[in-house]
Amino acid sequence: MSIAFPTPDPAILARREEIVAGLAGLVAPEALIVTEDERRAFETDGLTAYRRMPLAVVLPSSTAEVSAVLAFCNAQGVKVVARGAGTSLAGGAIPQEDAIILGVSKMNRVLDLNFENRTAKVESGITNLAISGAVSHEGFFYAPDPSSQLACTIAGNIAMNSGGAHCLKYGVTTNNILGVTMVLLDGTVVEIGGDHLDSGGLDLLGLVIGSEGQLGIVTEATVRILRAAEGARPVLLGFPSAEDAGACVAAIIASGMVPVALEYMDREAIQITEDFSKAGYPDVPAMLIAEVEGCDSEIDEQLRRIAAIAERHKVMAVRVAKSEAEAAAIWKGRKSAFGATGRVSDYICMDGTIPTGQLPHVLTRIDEIVKREGLRVANVFHAGDGNLHPLIMFDINKPGEMEKAERAGEDILRLCVEVGGCLTGEHGVGIEKRDLMTCQYDPTDLAQQMRVRAVFDPAWLLNPAKVFPLDGRLAA
Amino acid sequence: MTLLTPTTEAEACEAVAAAAASGTPLAVEGSGTKAAIGRPIQTERTLTARGLSGITLYEPAEMVIAARAGTPLAEIQRALDLRGQALTFEPMDHRPLLGTAGEPTIGAIAAANISGPRRIQAGAARDSLIGIRIVNGRGEAIKSGGRVMKNVTGLDLVKFVSGSWGTLGFLTEVTFKVLPKPERAATLVLRGLDDARAIAALSAALGSPYDVTGAAHLPAGLGGGGQTLIRVEGLSFSVDHRAGELRRLFRRETSADLIEGEGAAALWRSVRDVEPLVEPRNAAIWRVSTAPTRGPELAGVVGRLLPGSRWFFDWGGGLVWISCPAEGDAGTAAIRAAIDQYGGHATLIRAPAEIRAAIDVFQPQAEPLHKLSVALKASFDPKGLFNPGRMWAGV
Repeated sequence: MSIAFPTPDPAILARREEIVAGLAGLVAPEALIVTEDERRAFETDGLTAYRRMPLAVVLPSSTAEVSAVLAFCNAQGVKVVARGAGTSLAGGAIPQEDAIILGVSKMNRVLDLNFENRTAKVESGITNLAISGAVSHEGFFYAPDPSSQLACTIAGNIAMNSGGAHCLKYGVTTNNILGVTMVLLDGTVVEIGGDHLDSGGLDLLGLVIGSEGQLGIVTEATVRILRAAEGARPVLLGFPSAEDAGACVAAIIASGMVPVALEYMDREAIQITEDFSKAGYPDVPAMLIAEVEGCDSEIDEQLRRIAAIAERHKVMAVRVAKSEAEAAAIWKGRKSAFGATGRVSDYICMDGTIPTGQLPHVLTRIDEIVKREGLRVANVFHAGDGNLHPLIMFDINKPGEMEKAERAGEDILRLCVEVGGCLTGEHGVGIEKRDLMTCQYDPTDLAQQMRVRAVFDPAWLLNPAKVFPLDGRLAA
Repeated sequence: MTLLTPTTEAEACEAVAAAAASGTPLAVEGSGTKAAIGRPIQTERTLTARGLSGITLYEPAEMVIAARAGTPLAEIQRALDLRGQALTFEPMDHRPLLGTAGEPTIGAIAAANISGPRRIQAGAARDSLIGIRIVNGRGEAIKSGGRVMKNVTGLDLVKFVSGSWGTLGFLTEVTFKVLPKPERAATLVLRGLDDARAIAALSAALGSPYDVTGAAHLPAGLGGGGQTLIRVEGLSFSVDHRAGELRRLFRRETSADLIEGEGAAALWRSVRDVEPLVEPRNAAIWRVSTAPTRGPELAGVVGRLLPGSRWFFDWGGGLVWISCPAEGDAGTAAIRAAIDQYGGHATLIRAPAEIRAAIDVFQPQAEPLHKLSVALKASFDPKGLFNPGRMWAGV
């Protein structure tokens, strides 16, 4: 347990009953969770090694209720941790003992669909996949596709500026949101953006997206929906080394093609997923999955070009999907990679991004770092944009092993920054990478971010244990 | 007027620190081709980025380019062109419209979030901008983002600075994601449609699976008899297929031609640079962003309220460029009323300084948002040094 939590404020803990009573006057009875048994369901998120019991949990069903709760917490000096579905791998939604959880999961309606303007207005507790589900009958979809999309909410996606496998073409959350309804800490409800493109003034929307629940609570969002391409199919390419796979990625891009997805897996990841999903992956040191879109003949032609480029980079295995079933088989292994790894081992998933030219060097160094700790790693990542997901495997029942994994993870993230990349490409900083922020940012950089943050929350009440190192924080 | 021309980031920090110490406001610019946008500012000193020039990093295989803020846009475009790549957001060139000379700089493209027709498909400048270095009002050099295209580490100050028109700080270096240049482009031109039918056609095209990268409508009043433009780009065989499918989609339109090559490119440049409304030069020019289907109604209301106004549509109908007589309030009351009714925002892009001094050039904000904007400005620039009041009073 190496990540520190701030010491809970004893004055708040002592006033728990009074605070709960105050909240009870603001929301419907079923929206307030106070018993220890029921609160336990909220004590962690996707970073399950860390747990804290929240003071209380509030699950409002309207923007007005969110506003009342925030105004109350602001007046009472009570901290607030926002929560969507609690899938954050970075611990972005982990509570603290002196904070309430404010969850938006009950606010999950579709408010308006407009296919002519290509927008959907939703409440923020709706799941990512439910947005696509609501528009798929017209052939539309919501583009960012984090692998937790079945469970994660658009509120959480907005908080973390989530990405996904297809963001090489379609961008991440911030490129796909047109407007939000947000409740400020004092309960003021603001409309930022709308159903039109770009801001008429300062880009507050761009600031809010990715702010990890520290600027306010988003209760509604207007998102762009896109008409899906006529079809999409991948090709699977096996290579003798990471260098060859990396050079092939560069050559594909140089040829003028940008596949919609370009995924990499190393031998360890291939073997783990193959044992689990029987996707029929080749036994190779490095593998790429490149997916392209269009009508059948466009897809065939692009896949032919990609395969031809791969031939010039020592490709050992080429499997072109010729049907939807073959496409699904190729994706099956990749999509189950995290789950399959979870079946064979405990693991932590890193999320650094690197300049893609640094790939072979970084993979070699990752191997060294993990071996130094006596652990194993499976590498899965978005090759087109350099977003790495090393899965560092350990046994939580062996004393000290989780600390070794965390140490290896930290060193990998430092390496990402060292080679010109960043700590997190799509998962967010949360609590997990908070103390590494000083590797990527100078004190003046962080101070500017904190000054911006202070405009919204000078007293550090909103998700305060996250993002910024506990030392060196700007006082109110 | 004193011109401050730092040649390094450190010199820029010194210049700003000195201005902060003496409380001297600074006009911030690249080469000044867009200086006449916004409320007129009263400054005796101008801090220019023209001494900060040159590409600092270009990795075609990683689709990323970084340059000092004063680098001419044309230099960036030449370097990208040599490797078959481009800035995907198709930045507008304001010189024809504003009658200015000089070389637009890459820093100003970032600072003002300048995009063009491809914005609907490829995102705005702010969506391609992945890293900045900026000097804040304390004279501190700050970085945000970096050189990788996926980065959610900390608050996204990159987006926030893009579109702030030099009011938050002085950019010294910017980094953009780039993409391969399309191998080929083809434009379907539908003729003779009124605004409402044209925008319905553009919505149908943008709602098709054919990945439309340009969707504009030039009404009959602008000459040319009314042209509705639908562009597809990409690998040659894809363009063939998609253009063919779009033609089939609009087979009931009486007049539909497919155009390619320099003529088509010139047409899109003209849409990008608002050339149909350049003349008369004494007319005011408004830029309105709204939901596409409301564009025609909004324009119709403005047309009734402001006799003599003319307009055209980009972004599938969502971007309405309006020319109206620069008399009185230059159409401000009428256009703001239309925005209140239909939603969106309007910016007065061209008007005499005395009009820009008297009205809100940028869309007025609801009170809580305005308070946030003023406080956020102060968080970067506590003494209000940079382009004071250019966007609104206090920002």
